[in-house]
Amino acid sequence: MNRRFKSLAATLSSVLLTLFGLTVLTFLIGRVMPVDPVIAAVGDNAPEDVILRARTEMGLDQPIPVQFLHYLYQLAHGDFGMSVLTKNPVAQDIVRFFPATFELATAALLLAALIGIPLGVWAAVRQGSFTDQAIRVVCLAGHSVPVFMLSLISLLVFYSALDIAPGPGRQDIIYDGMIDTVTGILTIDTLIAGDLGAFWDALAHMAQPVIILAYFSMAYIARMTRAFMIDALKGEFVITARAKGLTLTKVIWGHAFPTVAVQLVTVIALTYAGLLEGAVVTETVFSWPGIGQYLTVSLMNADMNPVIGTTLLIGLIYVGLNLIADILYRVLDPRVK
Amino acid sequence: MIATFRNWALDESPSSRQQAAWGNRYRIWLNLRGNALGMIGLTIVLVFIGISLFAPLLATHDPATQELGNRLTAPSAAHWFGTDELGRDIYSRLVYGGRVTLGMVIAVVVLVAPIGLAIGCIAGYFGGIVDTILMRVTDIFLAFPRLVLALAFVAALKPGVESAVLAIALTAWPPYARMARAETLTVRGSDFIAAYRLTGGSSWRIIFRHIMPLCVPTLIVRVTLDMSSIIITAASLGFLGMGAQPPSPEWGAMIATAKRFIFEQWWVAAIPGIAIFLVSLAFNFLGDALRDVLDPKGN
Amino acid sequence: MVSRRNFLIGGAALPFLSYIELADTAFAATPKDILVVAQQLDNMTSLDPHEGFEAVGGEVMSNMYQKLVRANSDNPDQVLPVVAASWEADADNKVFTFKLADAKFSSGAPVTGEDVAFSLQRAIKMNKSPAFIINQFGFTAENVESRIVAKDAKTVTLTTEQPTAISFLLFCLSANIGAIVEKKVVLANETNGDLGNAWLQKNSAGSGSFKLQAWKASESITLVLNENGPYKGNLKRVIIRHVVDPSSQMLMLQKGDVDIARDLTSEQLKALQSDDSIVLVRKQIASLVLISLNQNNANLAKPQVWQAVKWALDYEGMQKNIVPLTHAVHQSMEPAGFPGTVTDTPYKQDLEKAKALMAEAGLKDGFDITLDHYSAQPYPDLAQAIQANLGAIGIRVKLQSAENRQVLTKMRARGHEMALSAWGTDYFDPNSNAEVFCINKDNSDDAKKKPFAWRSSFKSDEFTAKAEAARDEKDPAKRLALYETLQRDFMANSPFAVMFQTTRTAACRKNVTGFQLGVLSEGNSYLETNKA
Repeated sequence: MNRRFKSLAATLSSVLLTLFGLTVLTFLIGRVMPVDPVIAAVGDNAPEDVILRARTEMGLDQPIPVQFLHYLYQLAHGDFGMSVLTKNPVAQDIVRFFPATFELATAALLLAALIGIPLGVWAAVRQGSFTDQAIRVVCLAGHSVPVFMLSLISLLVFYSALDIAPGPGRQDIIYDGMIDTVTGILTIDTLIAGDLGAFWDALAHMAQPVIILAYFSMAYIARMTRAFMIDALKGEFVITARAKGLTLTKVIWGHAFPTVAVQLVTVIALTYAGLLEGAVVTETVFSWPGIGQYLTVSLMNADMNPVIGTTLLIGLIYVGLNLIADILYRVLDPRVK
Repeated sequence: MIATFRNWALDESPSSRQQAAWGNRYRIWLNLRGNALGMIGLTIVLVFIGISLFAPLLATHDPATQELGNRLTAPSAAHWFGTDELGRDIYSRLVYGGRVTLGMVIAVVVLVAPIGLAIGCIAGYFGGIVDTILMRVTDIFLAFPRLVLALAFVAALKPGVESAVLAIALTAWPPYARMARAETLTVRGSDFIAAYRLTGGSSWRIIFRHIMPLCVPTLIVRVTLDMSSIIITAASLGFLGMGAQPPSPEWGAMIATAKRFIFEQWWVAAIPGIAIFLVSLAFNFLGDALRDVLDPKGN
Repeated sequence: MVSRRNFLIGGAALPFLSYIELADTAFAATPKDILVVAQQLDNMTSLDPHEGFEAVGGEVMSNMYQKLVRANSDNPDQVLPVVAASWEADADNKVFTFKLADAKFSSGAPVTGEDVAFSLQRAIKMNKSPAFIINQFGFTAENVESRIVAKDAKTVTLTTEQPTAISFLLFCLSANIGAIVEKKVVLANETNGDLGNAWLQKNSAGSGSFKLQAWKASESITLVLNENGPYKGNLKRVIIRHVVDPSSQMLMLQKGDVDIARDLTSEQLKALQSDDSIVLVRKQIASLVLISLNQNNANLAKPQVWQAVKWALDYEGMQKNIVPLTHAVHQSMEPAGFPGTVTDTPYKQDLEKAKALMAEAGLKDGFDITLDHYSAQPYPDLAQAIQANLGAIGIRVKLQSAENRQVLTKMRARGHEMALSAWGTDYFDPNSNAEVFCINKDNSDDAKKKPFAWRSSFKSDEFTAKAEAARDEKDPAKRLALYETLQRDFMANSPFAVMFQTTRTAACRKNVTGFQLGVLSEGNSYLETNKA
């Protein structure tokens, strides 16, 4: 019991340490950035006296250590500060933007894993065959074509030409303001509201960005799976299992894959974290009001409260995913002791 | 000469350490040569490197010369791949752009892979407090939005290809470290490592001589996969003033600027896109082949 | 014919077959009483008309609020009555009396003299970014209650510090800072003595065509009809969707998912010119693209170099090829469409002349220099063309692209050498630009005022005096004549090479009529817009 408590305390403190490091770093970057945060607040053409006043109001005339302590004090009270751009508390903005990205990234990850892992396994089993090569080329294409190109082409083909997918945005304007926000995840909120039409509409709007993000991430998952599986299939226990007369399917999924699953956890965690932050381009093309856009716009205007808030959130998710991955290692893999 | 080398290298009972090492390398080469896709990859990579080296001979136009009246033209005899938004010859820009682009990608990889590998292996091998510290640092960098870091760089460094390389490198190493650590964790407890330890091998020796080589194959797969994203990332930093300085051409930037007319003049974006795809495909084939022949577990 | 939506819904909703019929009615094209606009809403920070100070917000606010008067986009010499029915100046040109027309706020209450006086006083007291537009008439937080007074429910007087040209005052009052807000509603929502600022940033209390229903940053703005307002058309709602990518805007417009696309590129507009289903509404707006030469650089401080740069640029070539539909060649510091603007373009590319000027400056071998520019198109393309142009006369330009706020920060700190940037005019009067380009009285680093000229360390006592004289001239005709001379002098003799003026295009679907673009964004109006 005591030991468990100790390790829990150690874990917690290391998480806090990471978050603190992130805060310090982001804060410092905010202060050395070549963009004056006051401009965003007062507008490009504001006269000098207004700028000076705004600088004082924003506390930017204080020495940096003082500013930092002030920020930490705020943070300790659970206050992420206000966004200069949106005029909302950062926490409130994040509650609005994050679910949109979360919905997209989670769906994309599921899709990528569901397709990527079997493809990777298949390629590994048929290593060197035409199937293997075809899988690699197809996956790679998704990874080397810039996402904006895939997104625009997809819009052109499926939305514009074929007319089988809805355009950019999260929902049809007919539902504008009709669905109460509960979780912020539209597919769930529409179900809570009991509006199936809105649900299908939200789902349809997700299809294109999700498929594109999934296609992009699939390359990594499939190729790592393939690499791991090739190793696993050479393992002695697999050969023994084969010798015992087990079917190939049983050997692959019953014996080889479980050893690979452990390593895949890290791959999937990395992919997921990358999706949360890295969906900016997709969000832009599909007018998806997500956390990536929020971060980028805030950053370009040196609106640092949202930047730190978002960075901390992404950091927390990374750390959380990595912790889970670590725990899974210990649970799943008998070799790690 | 070659035959002599061959015999010397493949000697079943090498008389010196050097001979054994060369023997190993030669066998790797033989294995690689037997891998058709790997050879295709290698050939394409070499061809592109050759094109970049001999760009001045291969280009038909000066890549910087503008002809505003002749912009966004379709491929023709005068301009094999058409002209870009300022009437410059796309073929010549592609040829010259290879220098910057490939140079940048290789620089990032050379910087990033060893660092990530070393950190991951060290953390995984030692565990405990070393692991905690290294992994927290890794997490901080991993969780750090790329753009935030890049903007800080704009303030600190002179803009240019070098700063783009540094900015990408700083955000690119953590995944490698994570992967390497994961792999180290799985082999750390294995019998052969325990055996080395019993024979009194120092921890560093074990890490560098025995664990790291085990992690290299997976690393290669990830590195080669990342090559195309490095090019694309570099282009996305272009709007912050990082990356190749105009008028010097660079593939990623070529695609990014052509985005505006992707529906109207698609080839302007498609041509550098194909180049990036080809190179990345080639690196990936090569990477997979290398993984297969280098894998110590497989031999 | 199965529409795409029904196809999707039908396909996905097989277990809910009964639903399809419902969907059929719900999924017509965008409803006739809702106007959907695709627009980049990036920089909007406040919808309080006495605070907001950038283009997109300016447009939204001007559709929610009315001012005493408004500028006439089609005839720059004229001011049109809105809330004010008539106005007159006293003999000294110091006391101005406004008689109000009948107007109603969205709450249904009438617009009174009390509301008008309160609004203008509020603008002065809050003293946010745009306040200088009207506090330049001598209003301060201390004196404004005695100088802006509601005489009765239909009469308001303004007393200026100095004798003032009435046209100048009216033009300034036509800016959003002159917007009339409903006193009672605003004060009811006051917190910590902020005069309702925090509330009004995200709500509206005006008498304009529409009222604000929701502003979701980075997503959309929804305006709903003000039943008591001046709008008489068939729209009940305007939804402005934040669509960043111009290609996405284009596809949505062509599909009919949006009725108006606002940020299309030259290439896309070219393609739409031959499209019968789309009508392009175009307007030259008060935004100039110019090169600033920082005078703290020894080479750039030479008047011959100013001239050489101006003669080296290929204005025509760039305009025709790079920005054919979004910019026009323009070389005066005042935008076309303003009263008294000079529209001649005396500078043409003449490399021999430019080279000779370089030699005269003692810079036969040229020099190295950095040009900062925005990273958004078309600036990178223009910058590269400029780089080639100047390269031809020996000026070796290194380009430094950056986000526009980054460039502005650098310019405000006088850190640039050459900069290619845009300047948007603040209010509808020649003084707006003349002041920032010409009047620089203190060129020290910690000057109290830092006008645009200051940023490039340019101080000319001659221009300062001329701009002040023009500003203070009471006779409207004489005033414009003074500005005309000033513009020509400035064109010939300043380290600023004005190259282009921006043209905005709103691409509207054929069934949408009456959308108006103004020279300033506050002239962009849905007042006459209808959807068939």
